[in-house]
Amino acid sequence: MRACKKYFSFFRLRFNMGLQYRMAAVSGAFTQILWGFMECLAFLAFRQADPAAYPMTVSATVSYVWLREAFFSAFRTWQTDGEVFDSIMDGGIAYELCRPVSVYNMWFVKTVAGRISVATLRSIPLLAVACLLPKPFRLSPPAGPVPFMLFVLTLFLGLGVTVAFCMFTYILAFFTISPQGLRMMFTSMVDFLSGAIIPLPFMPDGVRTFLELLPFAGMFNLPLRIYSGDLTGASMLRGIGLQCFWLVTLLLAGKALCRAAEHKVVVQGG
Amino acid sequence: MITAERSGMTTKIKNSSRVYFHYITISLRSAMQYRVSFFLMVTGRFLVAFNGILGVYFMFSRFGHVKGYTFGEVLLCFSVIQMDFALAECIGGGFAMFSGIVRQGEFDRILLRPRSAVLQVLGSKFRIDRIGLILQALVMFAYGIAVSPVAWTTGRVMTLLFMLVGGTILFISFFWLRAAFTFFTLEGIEAFNILTYGAKEHGKYPIDIYGKKMLQICTYIIPYTLIQYYPLQYLLGRTDRWYYGLYPFGVAGIVLVCCAVWSFGMRHYQSAGS
Amino acid sequence: MITMEHVCKSYRVAKRNAGMIEACKALFRRKVEIIHALSDVSFTIGDGEMVGYIGPNGAGKSSTIKILSGILTPESGSCLVDGRIPWKDRKEHVRQIGVVFGQRSQLWWDVPVIDSFELLKDIYSISPAVYRHNMEELTELLHLQELLRMPTRQLSLGQRMRCEIAASLLHSPKILFLDEPTIGLDAVSKLAVREFILRLNQTHKTTVILTTHDMQDIEALTKRIILIGRGRVLMDGTLEDMRVLAAVHDNDNAAAAQPEQTEESLERIVAALYQQLHIV
Repeated sequence: MRACKKYFSFFRLRFNMGLQYRMAAVSGAFTQILWGFMECLAFLAFRQADPAAYPMTVSATVSYVWLREAFFSAFRTWQTDGEVFDSIMDGGIAYELCRPVSVYNMWFVKTVAGRISVATLRSIPLLAVACLLPKPFRLSPPAGPVPFMLFVLTLFLGLGVTVAFCMFTYILAFFTISPQGLRMMFTSMVDFLSGAIIPLPFMPDGVRTFLELLPFAGMFNLPLRIYSGDLTGASMLRGIGLQCFWLVTLLLAGKALCRAAEHKVVVQGG
Repeated sequence: MITAERSGMTTKIKNSSRVYFHYITISLRSAMQYRVSFFLMVTGRFLVAFNGILGVYFMFSRFGHVKGYTFGEVLLCFSVIQMDFALAECIGGGFAMFSGIVRQGEFDRILLRPRSAVLQVLGSKFRIDRIGLILQALVMFAYGIAVSPVAWTTGRVMTLLFMLVGGTILFISFFWLRAAFTFFTLEGIEAFNILTYGAKEHGKYPIDIYGKKMLQICTYIIPYTLIQYYPLQYLLGRTDRWYYGLYPFGVAGIVLVCCAVWSFGMRHYQSAGS
Repeated sequence: MITMEHVCKSYRVAKRNAGMIEACKALFRRKVEIIHALSDVSFTIGDGEMVGYIGPNGAGKSSTIKILSGILTPESGSCLVDGRIPWKDRKEHVRQIGVVFGQRSQLWWDVPVIDSFELLKDIYSISPAVYRHNMEELTELLHLQELLRMPTRQLSLGQRMRCEIAASLLHSPKILFLDEPTIGLDAVSKLAVREFILRLNQTHKTTVILTTHDMQDIEALTKRIILIGRGRVLMDGTLEDMRVLAAVHDNDNAAAAQPEQTEESLERIVAALYQQLHIV
């Protein structure tokens, strides 16, 4: 119970910090609304070219775009300056290790808190505006109460997968001095594979089936498609199953790596 | 009297150019201190930049064409915008990173030197590492030329040049505008990212695919069509109006606006402190 | 010559209380507090003078330096440096002054010191003859021979400070502002810096304004001290004047008038003075 309280206070601190930047949030939301608008226009233009080849419904595509924009800051696969686990490189890990809390758990909680706080701030105005836009740009309501609940569930699971993945790669970097150039390439590849550039259904079929097996598809591609009812039934259950599988795998792998890293630091003296 | 003034002007320009190129030399030397990581960064960025074109490629492989444009034509448009942006980030990097410059107190030091603040900001943060993006744009561009059926004449080559120069200046101006607003608010400047990163991302398609309204907005409110759509029409042979190729010169107006906002901002900085 | 007359300067700062509810409230409305950094500051400094400018943290020292160097504009009052208004004729003004910040470097980090010097030569349009002459003098007096080819990032703090001082003197400024120049330096470097500044003032008659918390710097270098606290000038005189002022305010200690007390360390006197004047 005490451990929970500790984690909650980390969460609260980080959440408050995120709320501070109100101006940034407003102008950020404005930027994203315009961005989403342009994306929708581009998709519609392509649809005009060949409606038969279009793999999703218009409303599903539009919902995908808006939801992706809204939660974009939570699901990014790269770190920014404010990110919690930069301390591993700074050597601040020495301070972290002195505290009677699991390093991995603390980082995980702090990062998730930070992302939820920023995403909450950004997504509320964005989604509000998206609901009020004229058709066909409007964000449509979810395909039903069950899909909505599953959407929320898989969204949080997807956040977990994203953060677990980020931490995994970050701690991996601790062992191999991976220079920024390589990390950049890797991150952008992951971006593409998770459906951030274009939604996965737009990829050619063979490529798509392969991509859906990877952890990246479980980040936000899955929840967004469940929301609009684009993904239902057996394939949906399979997707959720894969998402849970990757969440557990990445968490365990990350924790193991973290323990190994701590060991290395203690043995080598940092 | 007049010749004395003019020679004063030319010596000033020569002097300032010398300082600017000296800055670039120092940037290069700084980068060479970390040779390996520099090279990896450049290569990394080079490869990363192909991400964008991958998305476009997959869309075209599914749909074949969009609003009458083929893949090659879009590639040409995309690569020009990409090149504009890469050059703008390289030359105007100081403006892009300006909030950092202010926050770290570097701008105070800039004010303590007897040179134009703009010259120092641009010179000191010349981003030589953007060369990766420039190269990538060149590769895309070469491929675009090979794949699209453009009938090259002197006029068309000049148009392309104007598109490049005008576009680069336009993007640098928007970075400049964002930097000027940093004087007033450190937080709210993200909206400017639409003008820069947004334009780069969505400018990959010719603006008319976004519809007539967007075309109007991008002509009268923010002059993107001057450096992309109109000259592009002439370039691709969709129109005979050769004067479309001169439209990029219109960005001079934006430059003046930025200059004014910047001066105002600097005065504000000096009275508000940091 | 430097004159400041009735200079005032305030800043607006946003305030926020702790807690989740306050954080949400702050989303909609922000409280702003006005801080008076300088209130009616006036003094005159003649050519070739060496002045120590002291006071506790937050007293207004850096605001004064910024106004004198032209970075900041005051709300009211006037300021003239060699007949120029610092913030109005910025480029001409900064050509004649040198500024050393103890905590921020003006040298380019990854390149050898000499490269930074050469760029400064171009920035200040220093003629080759003057540059050569100054370089010889500065290299000799500050012992920079081995340091010139080293990148700034590889220098120790003492070495870097010597290079900083040299960098700010390349263009032969008439006035030198030193903001905490000896902070973090070891004893040997401190002595070297002090000796150099004394020499500079004697040979070139450079006006020196020194802001520091190190009282030994003050004792070694300056005859005149300006004490500033909470934005006001509280004392403008010599070291002796300061001791007298401390004695006058020291009501509790009747023994202050006795001769033994005059040997008391300058640090103690200044610390006591800060407390007595309620500026800390």
